[in-house]
Amino acid sequence: MPEIKVTPLGAGQDVGRSCILVSIGGKNIMLDCGMHMGYNDDRRFPDFSYITQNGRLTDFLDCVIISHFHLDHCGALPYMSEMVGYDGPIYMTHPTKAICPILLEDFRKITVDKKGETNFFTSQMIKDCMKKVIPLNLHQTVQVDDELEIKAYYAGHVLGAAMVHIKVGSESVVYTGDYNMTPDRHLGAAWIDKCRPDILISESTYATTIRDSKRCRERDFLKKVHETIERGGKVLIPVFALGRAQELCILLETFWERMNLKAPIYFSTGLTEKANHYYKLFITWTNQKIRKTFVQRNMFEFKHIKAFDRSYADNPGPMVVFATPGMLHAGQSLQIFKKWAGNDKNMVIMPGYCVQGTIGHKILNGQRKLEMEGRSTLDVKLQVEYMSFSAHADAKGIMQLIRMAEPRNMLLVHGEAAKMEFLKGKIEQEFSIDCYMPANGETTAVTTNPSVPVDISLNLLKREMVLGGPLPDPKKPRTMHGTLIMKENSLKLVSSEQALKELGLNEHQLRFTCRVQLQDPHSDSDTLHRIYTHLKSVLKDYTIQHLPDGTVMVESIVIKVSSSAEDANAKVLLLSWSYQDEDLGSYLSSLLKKGLPT
Amino acid sequence: MAAHLKKRVYEEFSKVVQIPLEEAPVKKLRLSKPSKSAALHIDLCKAANATDALQYLLEFARKPVEAESVEGVIQILLEHYYKETDNSVRLKIASLLGLLSKTNGFSPDCVVDDVINTLGNEKSHQVLAQLLDSLLAIGGQLPESPAVRRRLVQVACKLLSDTNFGVRNKCLQLLGFLGTVETPLTKDGEGPSSSLGGVRDVQSIISTYFSDQDPRVRTAALKAMLQLHERGMKIHQIIYEQACRLLSDDYEQVRSAAVQMVWVLSQLYSESIVPIPSSNEEIRLVDDAFGKISHMVSDGSWMVRVQAAKTLGSMLQVSHHFLEQTLDKKLMSDLRRKRTAHERAKELFASGEFSSGRKWADDAPKEKLDTNTVNLIASGACGAFVHGLEDEMFEVRIAAVEALCQLARSSPSFAEKCLDFLVDMFNDEIEEVRLQSIHVLREISTHITLREDQLDTVLAVLEDSSRDIREALHELLCYTNVSTKECIQLALLELLKNLNKYPTDRNSVWKCLKFLGSRHPTLVLPLVPELLSTHPYFDTPEPDMDDPAYIAVLVLVFNAAKSCPTMPALFSDHTFRHYAYLRDSLSHLVPPLRLPSRKQVYSLDSVDSGCGSGSVESAKLFLQQSLNRVSTIQNLETPGAQDLLNFTIRDLQRLGELQTELAGAADFCATYLRCQLLLMKALQEKLWNMAVPLCLKQNVTATAAAQQILEETYKLEFLYSSLESREVATIHHVRLQAKALQLVLTARTRPGLDLLISSCEKFLQEIESFQRMFLTELPHLQDSFVDKLLEIMPRLLSCKPVELVKILQTTLRQSGLLQLRLPEQIHRATATIIEPTGESDNPLRFTSGLVVALDIDATLEHVQDPQDKVKVQVLYPDGQSHVIHPKPADFRKPGPTRHRLITQVYLSHTAWTEPSQVEVRLLLAYSSSSSSPSSSNKSGWSDSIDGLPPAEAAVEGTIPFSKPVKVYIMPKPARR
Repeated sequence: MPEIKVTPLGAGQDVGRSCILVSIGGKNIMLDCGMHMGYNDDRRFPDFSYITQNGRLTDFLDCVIISHFHLDHCGALPYMSEMVGYDGPIYMTHPTKAICPILLEDFRKITVDKKGETNFFTSQMIKDCMKKVIPLNLHQTVQVDDELEIKAYYAGHVLGAAMVHIKVGSESVVYTGDYNMTPDRHLGAAWIDKCRPDILISESTYATTIRDSKRCRERDFLKKVHETIERGGKVLIPVFALGRAQELCILLETFWERMNLKAPIYFSTGLTEKANHYYKLFITWTNQKIRKTFVQRNMFEFKHIKAFDRSYADNPGPMVVFATPGMLHAGQSLQIFKKWAGNDKNMVIMPGYCVQGTIGHKILNGQRKLEMEGRSTLDVKLQVEYMSFSAHADAKGIMQLIRMAEPRNMLLVHGEAAKMEFLKGKIEQEFSIDCYMPANGETTAVTTNPSVPVDISLNLLKREMVLGGPLPDPKKPRTMHGTLIMKENSLKLVSSEQALKELGLNEHQLRFTCRVQLQDPHSDSDTLHRIYTHLKSVLKDYTIQHLPDGTVMVESIVIKVSSSAEDANAKVLLLSWSYQDEDLGSYLSSLLKKGLPT
Repeated sequence: MAAHLKKRVYEEFSKVVQIPLEEAPVKKLRLSKPSKSAALHIDLCKAANATDALQYLLEFARKPVEAESVEGVIQILLEHYYKETDNSVRLKIASLLGLLSKTNGFSPDCVVDDVINTLGNEKSHQVLAQLLDSLLAIGGQLPESPAVRRRLVQVACKLLSDTNFGVRNKCLQLLGFLGTVETPLTKDGEGPSSSLGGVRDVQSIISTYFSDQDPRVRTAALKAMLQLHERGMKIHQIIYEQACRLLSDDYEQVRSAAVQMVWVLSQLYSESIVPIPSSNEEIRLVDDAFGKISHMVSDGSWMVRVQAAKTLGSMLQVSHHFLEQTLDKKLMSDLRRKRTAHERAKELFASGEFSSGRKWADDAPKEKLDTNTVNLIASGACGAFVHGLEDEMFEVRIAAVEALCQLARSSPSFAEKCLDFLVDMFNDEIEEVRLQSIHVLREISTHITLREDQLDTVLAVLEDSSRDIREALHELLCYTNVSTKECIQLALLELLKNLNKYPTDRNSVWKCLKFLGSRHPTLVLPLVPELLSTHPYFDTPEPDMDDPAYIAVLVLVFNAAKSCPTMPALFSDHTFRHYAYLRDSLSHLVPPLRLPSRKQVYSLDSVDSGCGSGSVESAKLFLQQSLNRVSTIQNLETPGAQDLLNFTIRDLQRLGELQTELAGAADFCATYLRCQLLLMKALQEKLWNMAVPLCLKQNVTATAAAQQILEETYKLEFLYSSLESREVATIHHVRLQAKALQLVLTARTRPGLDLLISSCEKFLQEIESFQRMFLTELPHLQDSFVDKLLEIMPRLLSCKPVELVKILQTTLRQSGLLQLRLPEQIHRATATIIEPTGESDNPLRFTSGLVVALDIDATLEHVQDPQDKVKVQVLYPDGQSHVIHPKPADFRKPGPTRHRLITQVYLSHTAWTEPSQVEVRLLLAYSSSSSSPSSSNKSGWSDSIDGLPPAEAAVEGTIPFSKPVKVYIMPKPARR
């Protein structure tokens, strides 16, 4: 039986460094090529030696597909394509292709310039790598080669995030990447049609969470910001450059617009400005509201949000500042934080998760005195708020996607093992389908039952139509006579005559003959006549002929009578039928064996 | 003269318009039947190939065919149909058959058989489908013929087994449309049952196609079934199960139709019991359907989601616990049960703490969940609305909000529950959704009392920059119940903030506080000292009386004091003074109070507040009596008649001021009487019979009177709503009299005979049209001016103009006063311009030649179709006037008879040296169907008419119906 094999090189029972190998119908595909944020050594990148010990990957992979621009999904791409070596096609959506190199370049700068690592990919490598990228459009079927085709679906999550449907013949796999089933302020919800893949590979970050309505959180967030602004305080929102930052910007921008507020909102420059530019361009990838209103006004052309300058931090009066990085561990956000921490009118809102050891983590845990470098301490008087805005599907969302796609098997990646376990159980219980959760390097094989397409000759089909009822019922199988010819890698179903002709064979007749002993006192011809009348009365729908040469023909079955030599009463009936009439023939013989009615 | 010329021009213009209309059809109408079909026949025979034939047919289809010749044409077409080999031509012929049989006045039963016969030999599926479509049209034309229906149904059943989806679709359509009302017939044991032997039962036939392989056919089958339902056939309950299966179809149009089907069945068999699969339990069918449709709210296609969300709203019979499940969403985090933000808010509120979320993870999950109890797939109705309200498409969200509203209105406990969700919707990104949810909350607000934290969220929206949202919210607050005095204080505070930020909301905010006060007197009471900043020992400074915020506070307090007699004791001296002032200036906001030991400043008020409905009755009586008194005047020349009219008019006017309910009727009567009075005066002049040169001056007043009467009659006709035809007749009668007067005056002053002849003709025409229009009313007009004229009509038609004028003169003088019935339910259209107020001393400066936008905000009462009728007029000091049509979107409808116009008017002018005032007013445009020249001009409206003569204040065809407001503007010369 054919199999689809899935092997995660990263993201198997783990979050980060997504990289999943899929072999389907003889094709090998790599899904995502990410890096792990938690490591600084070799474990940072997926272990490509799993594919081949030495040499380039080109021979072993048919294509690479990147779902979205987050570094844990695309961070290892230049390393793989340029340093390990891969020249085949790389597929990603247009926005991903646009934004991905910015992030990679930024990541490279931090690692090489700041941390001073060597043996890392260069700017040129990023450029070379991006040259191999083939962009995808939503719902566009792309033929990678003759057999392999891929199709992208909208996934929400971040701008340009996509789910991919990979299909070889009638076998198919859907990889979701990261996705979000609830729309937010700038992106819509993930959607897929009922494609019934053999395997659905889904992320499961929030496998054990069911989230509250987004509106409450938004309202809370806005209320807090608004109150602080009205008090004359300053609000600091530490963010990572892309994704959530844009959502929060849109949220504040529209709120400012609605409420007619005047306090300035600043956005620390850098990466984000470039990224905002792309957000403006890829309007079709955003949600309904932004798409509908962009003719009047592009929502990403912020009216109230301006670029931040270092000197603005000391300006009097209320303001809101978005600054990087998100965990307050360095950079601009930390500088501003230090300036504002002393005033209890001010507020800092942490919109995401903070790693242990960062200032963000400390203040979230209620620490009010911070030790800074140089033995100085910082009194934290400002208010600290936590607001989680995350764009992954929760458990319900994952179930909803399964219901939409109706897969035959489920495979979970990108999540913690314990949480996956719970979801796995639920999926198996609710949908009664198999669910897998391989660890890194572990291969899951799923046997498929692909349907084999066969060409059928038109004549045969028409002949069947005449025989059979009015309409073929697609729900029910139907038996028919024909000959299957396997020739030159193609299958053909034709009528037997045609098959003989095509194959240049002679037709052989196969005839069955059978003798039936019968006790009948009448003469041969009378017996024959009695048989004739008997059959006539039993088989009403058949043509039965009494031929003058002393035979009875039922359709094409011949019946003859002869008396046996010893006993005049014992008659021997001779039945003869061809192979095609087997059913009727055997019926007749058993019927006649029972004897004639007296 | 000018009017005459204009009319000429107009007539010519109208001719031009009509040429294309008249030419073709009029000539064709004369064509006799054979020639018409013959022409077609010849054309078709001439056609060398299919393209040509198709071309002829297309041309033919553009022209109308009259009913008599349809049959012939159809025969010709059919003849060609049989000969034709090309599919496209046959298709066209088939579609023509359908079109032709829809011709008015043609009964297609004669062609049914022919068309059915064509079906037999047809091979092309498209043509077959088209033929069935034509049969559908034919069937539609013959609703009364069961025999034809039966035949058509049979045909449809036969063709149902076609392999083409289009044909099956049409067959199902036919079945749905015609199939049967046969069920009762068969029960009678009549013939039809035998002829329908093969047709077992239309429903079961249609339902077998629920599982057709083609989704389009499945949809058609569902639609056909729905149509059967619409036509009054009872759908069997067996269908329910099949429809439910289709809810999980692969195709959205099937699912969408299935949702409707399930809904229909749930309404039909709401109480029957269905089993739950995989368990032994049974539930009511409506609950089951509700659960299933709720499931569809998270469907993949948004069309289906909208459909499902809408449908949910109308399933009112659903049981309680199912309904409440729709709002249920169990949260968990890391496998621990988590409370929703709503629950937390409620708890915090209960524990007395207010703000939340100071700490990280204060929403940390508490108890550990048993993994088996967590149900991830929402079974049944679980969380349907939670999904719907969070949907990506705003169409779905709006549908969900509306459904919530419908369900909440019928179930108070559900209303209580959905409150949190609705309040959340106030924060939606699309304004339409926000507005809708505010309206919904208002509608269900009778069921609910807002908690403080909920009120807080609601009030946050008061700062919205959209005026609609704010006003909707004010409206909501008018109807809201709150629970504590803190809520009142909070609401007041926010409203004052709102007032401060958007001063234009003044009226709306005051009105809101009025209701807030009168609804919660006991809650306001403890706040009074604080609100009025009084102190037990010290005198506090007197607040500024012109401060809108202070007025707002007073409105709240006074309205609360109305039902709380102890409150006035807390007022300080100046409060009483302010009360007296406000009672006068803002009487609609400040109720009359019984103030202890104070001089009663009101005397009138006690009258109308004292005996509410009784006073209306007596006023009505008074009105009737006045009218009766007037009716005693038989002749216009009766001595003392004028005085009587004068007094009556005065009485009526005063009555209208006092009794708002009767203002319309009183005004109407007064205006009518004034017309009569004017007419009387004009006729009664002693100098009437004098020679022309001597009474020139007299003529001037009479002419003016005639003109004024005309104007008044237009006002009478168009300014008042719900007039009955008898009253309209009376008005027209007066107008006719005025015209007669005009004619007589013209004859006297202008010597030209041509002019006289033409105006005489026109007058006679008008009499005729009057007779035509009010034929039914003529009996009521006995002995009147018109009655008399109609009696001598033959003579009038033949006599000379001079003679006619004489007759008119005498008839006018002799005819009596037409009595006016007391009109019921008459309302006068009024408009009040709220904005601009006209009080500003700062001129609006702008560069001349450019435009400046002036915001106009006005309320219109009792205006029907204001979108077409209401215009804004701007009068510049130099006499220029502009008429502006507001956009239809600028009109809102806050109440049944009320409209609100919020629009911007663009002003522009050349430079002035001094700031000066322009007048802005609203006009009511009318178009009378009569051929009076003034109204026929009306169709010539353009956006603005420049340079009208300044003397003519009113524009023709319009009635000014609001007080003009002066706006100070100052166009400055452009700076170089």
